[in-house]
Amino acid sequence: MSGFREGIEAAVPALRRYARALTRNRELADDLVQDTLVRALRSEHLFHGGDIRSWLYTILTNLNRNRLRALARRPALQAIEDNDAADVAGPEAGARDIERALASLVEDQRSALLLVVLEGLSYREVAQVQGVPIGTVMSRLARARLQIKAYLDGERPALRRIK
Amino acid sequence: MIDQNLPVTEEELHAYVDGELAPDRRAAVETWLASHPEDAARVAQWRAQADAIRARFGMLASEPVPARFDLDNLARGAPSWRGAAAAAVVLAFLTGGVVGWMAHGASAAAPSRFDTFTTQALEAHKVYVVEVRHPVEVTGGERPHLVQWLSKRLDYELQIPNLEPSGLKLVGGRLLPGPFGPAAFCMYEGPSGERFTIYYARTDSPQTAMRYREGDRFAALYWVERGLAYVVSGPPERERLLSIAQAAYDQIDKGTQAK
Repeated sequence: MSGFREGIEAAVPALRRYARALTRNRELADDLVQDTLVRALRSEHLFHGGDIRSWLYTILTNLNRNRLRALARRPALQAIEDNDAADVAGPEAGARDIERALASLVEDQRSALLLVVLEGLSYREVAQVQGVPIGTVMSRLARARLQIKAYLDGERPALRRIK
Repeated sequence: MIDQNLPVTEEELHAYVDGELAPDRRAAVETWLASHPEDAARVAQWRAQADAIRARFGMLASEPVPARFDLDNLARGAPSWRGAAAAAVVLAFLTGGVVGWMAHGASAAAPSRFDTFTTQALEAHKVYVVEVRHPVEVTGGERPHLVQWLSKRLDYELQIPNLEPSGLKLVGGRLLPGPFGPAAFCMYEGPSGERFTIYYARTDSPQTAMRYREGDRFAALYWVERGLAYVVSGPPERERLLSIAQAAYDQIDKGTQAK
């Protein structure tokens, strides 16, 4: 097996974790990871060295962005937590709260925060993954943290309406 | 030192929490926090948020990896009904949106060629860039066939530029129904999955300079040359789009001169 393949294989568990936190839906997350791997394997000739893990996060982030763009016109409520109900063992209300708080974030803010705190990427790496300057990453982080605090403090935004 | 006297910014507080702070500012931030309880409380909240996120999702990375992620199978292109079903759903949602947009356009005065072609191209872009498995009808691996087929259908000798110097690989192309006859549509993909498309349609309008149009999620560059309208679409980053359109334009121009 080539170093390229090994690098991808080693990243799969972390990619699944990130996708899961990003989408809060097991099925969707695993579909995203699979599409990411298929695309990465197909694009081996386009990978010019560097950190495979960051490259995979970039593909996954872009695929998720494309997916959300496609769904943006869909005027319906999405059941975010219901699919994952079985995951929370016992009365872990705290876990539920942080999940709902994450769900209240704008996609780019959620992705920036998760890449930093969950995946341990540096600001510079996140800037590469998101294709924006480091300053933008920092302001996304700041807004994400502010919004999570507001959410947990009870300033919950109105439920997304059905148009 | 001067570092000790600079006030601590909010950015530095985030950098401190995330281990991104320059080492020579660490002591200054810690001194600051000791005398600014509100900032210390914020830092504690951010750490608690990060802990909660890691507590909720961290263990997912230790789950055994299911067989569906076996790279050998994926590399062989194991068929997936799931992808096709998802694509169909996406297309169904999009169709609703397209109708809405076209109805919106119909109320305005007769649209210009620029409006017509960029609208068509951006709609096609939106529909097909989200496709993972079936983005094109003929793949980039069959470039000669692709050029020949699309040229025949448009009755125009098309140039499909090689954008690999700009980091974009030709995914392939397809034929589309255009407002005044068939249109050709080619897709390119960058190393991290970002996609750009070129839309070609015959037109009777005179040669034009490049014009930029930014949609809600994508942007397009339009020009007309020798009876053919070109629209290059991609993410709404003007400079990148311009450099790609320029590379395409140069090659098309050179290819046409050589004939």
